[in-house]
Formats: sequence, structure tokens, C-alpha cells
Amino acid sequence: MTATPPPFDSDASFGPEAEGLAEFEARLDQALVEHGYAESELFAIRLAIEEAVANGINHGNRRDPGKLVRVTCSVDADRVFIAVEDEGEGFDPGAVPDPTDEANIEIPSGRGLMLMGAYMTEIRHVPPGNRVEMTFRRGAAD
Amino acid sequence: MSAGTARINIRHRDTGVLQIGFAEKRISDALVIQQIGDEIGKAVDAEPKPRVLLSFRNVDFLSSAALSMLIGVNTRVKAKGGRLRLAEIKPDIYQMFKITKLHSLFDIHETVEDGLKGF
Repeated sequence: MTATPPPFDSDASFGPEAEGLAEFEARLDQALVEHGYAESELFAIRLAIEEAVANGINHGNRRDPGKLVRVTCSVDADRVFIAVEDEGEGFDPGAVPDPTDEANIEIPSGRGLMLMGAYMTEIRHVPPGNRVEMTFRRGAAD
Repeated sequence: MSAGTARINIRHRDTGVLQIGFAEKRISDALVIQQIGDEIGKAVDAEPKPRVLLSFRNVDFLSSAALSMLIGVNTRVKAKGGRLRLAEIKPDIYQMFKITKLHSLFDIHETVEDGLKGF
């Protein structure tokens, strides 16, 4: 019988060039594989992290080289929790235009938030909006 | 005729269709996305009425910023009276197009052969 791998916890901070993000994701991918997550689940989790970090860098920190985006992540057999926090002033997610609206479909922005919401089981923007907490529950999309 | 660049590869078919593939498996890094957009834009600008077929055969991962770049390419092609088609998009990535409803904006084909038909 295969032993259950221990829960995985990791955190890292990223500047405006997101240096080290690929390595962070590679470690996370490995933990997800060890916990038996499928390739499509890895895709969803990786996408949510990429989008949240990009939003934090570009919109939250406005690419300020003196500011960081911090990512905290924990993985067990049933769920993945991800928190992404920037050093910006926050924002109101309800004020972001719907990118699927016909009037906005050709506007090249606003899709990151939508994708995070679509792929994660739960998503919570912590006021004032510079921290997002996302949970992916295994099997929730079935 | 073939031409190689750092981020994309371009093949001119005899039919005049620009067939473009991607060197990157992951298109999410901001600099890479900008370079890809610039390289495709340059190729599009060199054509009087561009017909462009982008193959995603090699691509395993895209970010929303990459989707935005594709919207920009589409706008640029249409502004010259041309047409853009996408092909060989893997299921996980196609799901992103569906969620964002961009599958209704782009002309998407399963294979390059299908994409070339009637182009």
C-alpha cells in the first residue's frame, strides 16, 4: 500500500518580473502529482496562481520594483488553498467589467479574474481587495 | 518558404496563408507574450491582406494575458481586411476560450488541415 504523502505547505514572494514563479509552480506541481491530482487539475491550479500573481504585480503593485506579491499555498489529498497578497491599495472586484459582455469581448482585459473564479471552487477577495484566497476542492467540479 | 524567429515559426504556404506555430509550450510570461505579439504583428504588417493560421499544437498552457495578445492580433489582422484562424488547441486551453466566450470571437478549427480549407 502506498503511503499518503504529507501535506505540502509553501510560500514565496515575487517582484515585478515574477522571478522564481516557474520554480515555485514546479515544486507545487510535484506536490500535486504526489497527492494524485490529475493533469487538468494541475492546469486549473497553475492558471489561478498565474492570474492572481499577474493581477497583484500589474494592478496591485503597479509593477513597483519595491513591492512584492506573496503567495501562500497548501496542498493535501482533498484540497488546495492558495492566498495571493500584494502591497497595493486593493480594488472592488464587483467593479470590474464583465469581459464576456458583447460590448467588452474585444477589450483585452478583465479575463484573469473570471478564469480564477471559473477554475477554483471558492474564491474570496479580502477587503480592501489586495488579498485573494482561493480553494480548489477535489471532485467539486464533477 | 520558412523563416525562424525566437518565439514563433512562420511558414508561408503557396496559397499565401501565413502558418504560424509557437516555440513555447507555456505562454504566460509577460515578456514572452510581448515578444510573440510583436513577432506576429511584424509578419501581419508585411502582408497586404493577411490570412493567418495560428497552430497551438505545441502549446500546453496559456494565461489571460496571452488571450489578450490574441485579441490584439485579431484586431490587427481585421484592420487590414485579413482573416485569422486558430487550430490545434488542446482541450484544457479550449476550455479557457469557452469560459471567456472567446470561442465565439475567434474562428477555431480542430486541425491545421481544416483551418486551411477555404481560407
